Amino acid sequence: MKVFKGKGVYGAVAIGNASLFKRNEVPVKRVSITDVEAEKERVDKAKEYSLKQLRDIYDKALKEVGETNAQIFEIHMMMLEDDDYNDSITSIIETQKVNAEYAVAATSDNFAEMFSLMDDSYMQARALDVRDISNRIIGNLSQEKLPSTQSENKMIVCSDDLAPSETVSLDKNSLLAFVTANGSANSHTAILARNMNIPAVIGVGIEFLSQVQDGQLMVVDGYTGEVILEPDEKTLAKYKIKQAEDNAKKKLLLELKGKDNVTIDGTKIEIFANIGSTSNIGAVLLNDASGIGLFRSEFLYLENSDYPSEDQQFLNYKKVLESMAGKKVIIRTLDIGADKQVDYFNLAKEENPALGYRAIRICLTRPGIFKTQLRALFRASVYGNLGIMFPMITSVSEIERIKKICDEVKAELKSNNIKYSDKIEIGIMIETPAAAIISDKLAPLVDFFSVGTNDLTQYTLACDRQNPILEDFCDTHHEAILRLIKFAADNAHKYGKWIGICGELAADTSLTERFLRMGIDELSVSPGFVLKVRDTVRNINLK
Amino acid sequence: MKKFVYTIKDEVGIHARPAGMLAKTAKEFESTITIEKGDKSAVATKLMAVMGLGIKCGDEVTVICEGADEEAAAAKIEEFFTANL
Repeated sequence: MKVFKGKGVYGAVAIGNASLFKRNEVPVKRVSITDVEAEKERVDKAKEYSLKQLRDIYDKALKEVGETNAQIFEIHMMMLEDDDYNDSITSIIETQKVNAEYAVAATSDNFAEMFSLMDDSYMQARALDVRDISNRIIGNLSQEKLPSTQSENKMIVCSDDLAPSETVSLDKNSLLAFVTANGSANSHTAILARNMNIPAVIGVGIEFLSQVQDGQLMVVDGYTGEVILEPDEKTLAKYKIKQAEDNAKKKLLLELKGKDNVTIDGTKIEIFANIGSTSNIGAVLLNDASGIGLFRSEFLYLENSDYPSEDQQFLNYKKVLESMAGKKVIIRTLDIGADKQVDYFNLAKEENPALGYRAIRICLTRPGIFKTQLRALFRASVYGNLGIMFPMITSVSEIERIKKICDEVKAELKSNNIKYSDKIEIGIMIETPAAAIISDKLAPLVDFFSVGTNDLTQYTLACDRQNPILEDFCDTHHEAILRLIKFAADNAHKYGKWIGICGELAADTSLTERFLRMGIDELSVSPGFVLKVRDTVRNINLK
Repeated sequence: MKKFVYTIKDEVGIHARPAGMLAKTAKEFESTITIEKGDKSAVATKLMAVMGLGIKCGDEVTVICEGADEEAAAAKIEEFFTANL
């Protein structure tokens, strides 16, 4: 038994036989020629054929991995037609009087080197794209067939590296998993594997290739990045259990995707997702959330070394709204302070940060920061279905002040002829006992409530949630909290407003029935919990 | 000649996809559209050369349009930068 470790790019376990990936790489020879025009014509023909192949691969990828990921092959087609790339091939043929294969290979080396010498890992990975298209032309020049991966049994493909086009061309019906010795998580191949739902581990090291043999039994764990050659019985049994559990979980998810969040008696509820950065959007879509119930905008501030500009924020908000294609996206304004400190805000140290200068309190006293964020939000609103949510509300006057600032921002945008949507929903977090208790006064002023159960718990129970000694005293199911939620829900509904829960309690399936009985309209949970909560909802009967 | 200066806001900078889209957009115009970063420059229609500039988030680039339709080209390319980069 030998264990190798790389980077898992798609979480799943595969157990099967190794198949070494064979590439019909034609060794390129340098041959002197006399007929330059004929050689150039050969390149044109091979290029034309390569373009046709790429178009076919693009179509296959479009079906299997979606447009965003298929675009790499559109880029390949454009690279193939790039002026500099083609001028280089032609000029090598003309000046050196050499064969087309050599001219393409030399050009490929030059361009790949240019990319691999760049100081950015993303651009370095593009060297592989150049080699991929160049090898295709060379293959077509020599009229050698590209490797076929048809095989009777499902195999684990092992290779030094796989080009994006090779990954997509692999026959999915005979592919269990793939393992590459080289490669980076940035490569398009890794991205494609993730989207094709193929367990894959990349970058296990070149040593792996000298050990693995065709037909050898192996285990690939895409979660941990472990690759095990000839596992012993105990290890094999362990992975068989892991695989079975994983499959059962995935099957459940698959069955639940596309289904309504509806109880046996027909009561419906929205299940949205919480995210903390635009990089989580993929997980939201994968888990079939019907919207985003909480987009924490803090990451824009936490990742920056200075206040994020209006444009930077705008692009991020626009990206989320566009990706969600008309589904509701609720963005919470800046929630900094207490446990989330940012240097450039220059906040003074506080004795009691949880009760201190944070969230909306910063926004209302430093309106410059607040207005920048609001302008970015309003500008982005035309790209989707936006809701804006304000944190740490305790009083009516805070909402009045917020609305006044919103009106000023809108007036500015209008006078600059900048469009914004007139359908933006405005909501507040119910995360202080005060807000819950005066929810009858707050409901008429807003479009929705969202209960932040983490803070509501710590403020209601006077229990610091960051202090582990207090864990026993921090009963998240405390009747006081549930009564406050019920009270806020009743008041929201009295004024025809909707109410959601976006704290950790929303994902607590032992409370789902209770929330449904309160008439909660939406639960917003981490993407990975969406389908679990949906499963719970579908098994509840309120009658 | 029309030119404008733009600071890249996209986290990844001008990576393959936007460079491809930029090349496509630039091909719609007769004018020569040049992207300058520091002392390096590339013609916008040349995908690999533009990628080779290694333009990252926060970089300031100058875009120069020269030709019969330079007004329209500059407007369209600026619109492209604002919307995508």
